[in-house]
This record gives sequence, structure tokens and C-alpha cells, in this order.
Amino acid sequence: RGVPGAFPAPGTSLLSLAVTSEQIEHLHRRFKQLSQDQLTIRKENFDSIPDLEFNPIRGKIVHAFFDKRNLRQGSDGLADEINFEDFLTIMSYFRPIEMNMDEEQLDRFRKEKLKFLFHMYDSDHDGKITLQEYRNVVEELLSGNPHLEKESARSIADGAMMEAASICVGQMGPDQVYEGITFEDFLKMWQGIDIETKMHVRFLNVDTIAHCY
Amino acid sequence: GQRSSESPKNSNQSFAIVSFKWDHVKEPYIIALWILVASLAKIVFHLSHKVTRVVPESALLIVLGLFLGGIVWAADHIASFSLTPTVFFFYLLPPIVLDAGYFMPNRLFFGNLGSILLYAVIGTVWNAATTGLSLYGVYLTGIMGKLNSGLLDFLLFGSLIAAVDPVAVLAVFEEVHVNEVLFIIVFGESLLNDAVLYNVFDSFVAIGATNVTGIECLKGIVSFFVVSLGGTLVGIFFAFLLSLVSRFTKHVRIIEPGFVFIISYLSYLTAEMLSLSAILAITFCGICCQKYVKANISEQSSTTVRYTMKMMASGAETIIFMFLGISAVDPDIWTWNTAFILLTLVFISVYRVIGVIIQTWILNRYRTVQLEIIDQVVMSYGGLRGAVAFALVALLDKDKVRDRNLFVSTTIIVVFFTVIFQGLTIKPLVQWLKVKKTEHREPKLNEKLHGRAFDHILSAIEDISGQIGHHYLRDK
Repeated sequence: RGVPGAFPAPGTSLLSLAVTSEQIEHLHRRFKQLSQDQLTIRKENFDSIPDLEFNPIRGKIVHAFFDKRNLRQGSDGLADEINFEDFLTIMSYFRPIEMNMDEEQLDRFRKEKLKFLFHMYDSDHDGKITLQEYRNVVEELLSGNPHLEKESARSIADGAMMEAASICVGQMGPDQVYEGITFEDFLKMWQGIDIETKMHVRFLNVDTIAHCY
Repeated sequence: GQRSSESPKNSNQSFAIVSFKWDHVKEPYIIALWILVASLAKIVFHLSHKVTRVVPESALLIVLGLFLGGIVWAADHIASFSLTPTVFFFYLLPPIVLDAGYFMPNRLFFGNLGSILLYAVIGTVWNAATTGLSLYGVYLTGIMGKLNSGLLDFLLFGSLIAAVDPVAVLAVFEEVHVNEVLFIIVFGESLLNDAVLYNVFDSFVAIGATNVTGIECLKGIVSFFVVSLGGTLVGIFFAFLLSLVSRFTKHVRIIEPGFVFIISYLSYLTAEMLSLSAILAITFCGICCQKYVKANISEQSSTTVRYTMKMMASGAETIIFMFLGISAVDPDIWTWNTAFILLTLVFISVYRVIGVIIQTWILNRYRTVQLEIIDQVVMSYGGLRGAVAFALVALLDKDKVRDRNLFVSTTIIVVFFTVIFQGLTIKPLVQWLKVKKTEHREPKLNEKLHGRAFDHILSAIEDISGQIGHHYLRDK
């Protein structure tokens, strides 16, 4: 997978991610910083990012980097460590839309981003977001707010789940049980909202910010 | 008005049990009466749903004002009431701007801040310069006949007629419901151009006497930065003060809402006192204190603040438009110059369109969400002029600016034109062009949840990739 510390060869699949070479270079520098010049990074390496500590859903985000479903390897489960190519793969979920994309590409783009989100919520990898997983997400999201009790977080999650159920399944009979949000349902929920324009990070051409480690 | 009916030889009359003391209450009574009339008018307007769907309320109020002004004039042959700049700037404008700032959708505002600033600063300067210069150019050709103004006077006029007015924009766009990005850009522009406007205006008024030298121009540019940034800082300072105070109001819940208004108003007055941009101060005070105040004060106080603010803003707006109508009926100031008036209308419209097109072209290279032709049409057409321009022109000194009356008359006509004509036609225009409208629904719980998750995710990705970007600031 390449000489240690060297730049990935142009022949690799990286080009299919349509990230510019400047961005790749920048991310590579960042990767080296995080991995402390090793070839791979592990979950612990993410602890060295000071600002990430305050992020309520940091657990899920870091987890997403190691989620094999996101790494396009067709397999499931968690990886222990990822290399630069994997790192880039995850980052590519956040590139902004390009001007020259056609309908089909845009649609695929959108699905990819939503799939990433879906994997984040579906922590047990069973293809469904169950009520418990949803509660989990909401609790984590709201954990930064000291005024909010666990009870309220639970009711919010329950309310959101019911709302999702009504969008996806419509009117349910008293005996019906809503198993969980599948990916198709998830797509339905996001219809009409332009996630493509919101879910991106602009990789500006700045020098790597000096971090005080 | 009626005169007191107390008889002059009052001294040794017996004690009158009840007497009619008009002079005693005249001032506040008249003010209260006007407010009542304006509010009653609103009720009457809304009785007819058909009318309000087509005609914007602001237009109706202006017409009502004209009508009432006509009555007063016919009765007394004096123009006794008019919108004085003092009343406007000290009492009527602050509530409206505070309301705008306090309820500003911050995310949207700061997300589009770049575009807003471009239009507010460059756009306004462009409009002012081109309009003023063109009018001067035409004047030199002699079509306008004999006027007593020089280049500086024309530039002065250009600067005050150039700026888009927040009151008018709010009033008209409120009824049109265009999509939020479009609204925030036009509205943001109308708020922020205050810094430019006053600055350009003040510098021209000051320069008026002395000669235009390089140093004066430089001072003008520097003063722009000072005034706008200074005003913003004053606003932020008071927002901080307000947020701090609201942390300790647990035991005085009843007067909690009062703090919001008093401190915000102080920010306005302080900026005004320091000759900084007062509108920017109170806007940013509202924008910055929103989150903290809402978190610190009680539910009931929050509701009280909300409704009081809305009421004051709405009331002020109503009064402004009505008085715009009334003030127009003042034969003393009426000076007619066909060429000047017509050309002003033409120039401001044309130059606005050109300005919008050029700036949008530049902006679109940096924006993710592009501004299309339709958006540009709405932006050009929605660049309404209003009471601010009128108040500014009324401030002009007749001795220093010889053609003041002409300027006043033209301003009145321009304001009427934009508010009434453009206000009337913007709705059908928007519908005809099928402008993307706001989805007027409450964001679903899921949307709110995921929206939050988003922000955190994006902020995390920025941290991981070593960027400090938009989301870093938002998250904080």
C-alpha cells in the first residue's frame, strides 16, 4: 500500500474520489500528524485532537472512521486501524458538490452521504435504526446540555421515532410494531431537504493549523 | 384643534367642578390619537381579505396618510404633523431594527454574511455614486433647467436615495414569502447598508463646505470602517452586558423583559452619541444576545419580550407609513422638476439592476448555493426605498443645500413609487416567475435532531482534518 510516509501513487483508486491533489496533500500531512508518522491510525490517535473532546457525539464520529461499511470494502464490522486511503475515503463523504454533476451523479452523491449518516446511527450494524439506538443518539447529542435530564432526552427520542414511523409507514394499526428505520425509510425522511448542499466541509487551501500538542 | 373653553376672566369664579383642559393634555393626547387611528386603520384593512391579498399594508397606510393629511390641511391650511427625523430616528426606528436583530435567523444570516456584506457595502456605494454622477451629468446638459446644486449636492442626494430600506423590505417581503436565502440577503443588505449610508451621507454633508481633497476622501474611507466596526462593537458590548444581567434576574422575573428593551435601546443611543452606526449597534445587540437571553430568562418573560417587541415594531412601522403619507401633504416643500424626478426613478432602478447582476456574477463563483436569474430579479425589484431616505432628506439644511425641497419632493415620490407600485406588483411578479417559496412548515422533530447532529459531525470533521471553518464558529 505504498512506501511509508510517501505520497500515494496516482494509479490508485484515490483519483476516483475526485479530490484535488492539493487537498490530498493537505490531508496527508494531517494524517501523518495524527498517526505520529505511522502508516495507520487507531481510535486512540483521535484523542490527540483537543477540540474534539467537547463534541457530544465524538464517540460515534470516531467510530464512523473505523466502520467497515463506510470504507467501501463490502465487509462488515469494525476495523482496528485504518490507513491513509481509508482516511481519505471517509473524508470524501464530505466533499462539496461540483458544478458539473448531472442528475444521476447528484442522486448517487446524496445517497452516499445519507448512507454515511445512517451507519452512524445504526450502531449494531443490523441495517435498522431501532428505538434504543435512536434514544442513544439523542442522549449523546443532548449530553452537552446540563439542564436536560435523561427523561426528556428519552421522550424526545420517542417523539422523533413516532414521527419517523408516521412518515415511513403512515397510519399504523394498534397491533403493528415499528421495527426500526431502514435505509429506505431514512431516505424518505430526508426527501425534500438538500443534504448535498449542507453536508460538506470546504477544504480551503490553508496551511495545516499549528496545534499545540 | 380646539381651544380651551376656560373663560379668560377666571380669577374670581366659583370653583368649577369639571373643566375642559385641552391644552393640558394636548401633546400626549394627539400622539395617542394618531396611534389609535393607525391601529384602527389596520383593523379596517384586514376586514377585507381580498384587498390585503393584493395590496401590501404599507401602501394602504401611505394612502390613508395622504388622505388624513389632506383633511388636516383642508381644515387648517397648515401642515401640522409630519414625520420629524428626531421622532423617526429616536423612537420609531429602534424598535423595528431591534425586532429584526432579536429574531434574526442567525445561522442563515452568518451563513450568507459574505454576500450580504458585498451587496450592502459595494452595492450601496455603487448605487450612490452612479445615481449621483448620472444626475449631475444630465444636469450639465441643461435638461433639468436651472438648479442651485453642484456635484456634491447631487452625490449627497445619490447617497441618501441609494440605500435599500429595512422597514420597507420587511413590510413588503413579509407578505410575499420568498425563500429565506433571498429574503435574508435583501434584508441583511438593508440593515447593514446603514453603515455605508450614514457615512457617505455624513461625509458629503461635512465636505460640502470645504473642498474635496485627497485627505478628506481618505478620512471618509477610514471613517467608514470606524463607524461600522465601532457600531458593531458597541452592539456586541451591550449584548454581552444584557446577557450578563439576565443571568441574575432570577428574583426579579417581573421586570426581566424591561432589561432587554432598555439595554438594547441604550446600545442604540450610545452608538448615536459616539457618532457610530446606531442601527448596526442595535442590530448586533439583538443578534448576539438572542441565544443567551432566551436561555436565561423565564418562559413567561421570553413570551412577554417577544410579543412586546413585535407589537412595538409593528406599531412603529404602521405609524411610519402613515406619517409618510401625511408628511407628503405639505405644499411648502413641493417643488416639481419633471426631468429630475423621472431620471432619479430611472437611474435608481437601472443601476440597481446592473449592480445586482455584476455582484451576483462575482458571488456565484464562491457560493455553493447559486443565485439564479430569478433571484436576481427579485433582489433588484425588492430594493425598496423607504422612510430612512425620507428622514435623511428632511435633515438637510435648506441654506446649505439650496435644492432641499426638490430633493425632498423627489424622495417622497421615489418612496411612494417603490413602496406602492413595486410593493403591489412584486407579489404577482414572484408568482409569475415561480420563485422558490419558503416551505412554511414547522421543522419536524427529526429535522431539528439531525440538524444538530450535522453541526457536530461537520465540526468534528473540520477538527479532524485540521481546518478552522464555518462550523467551528457555529458549534462554539
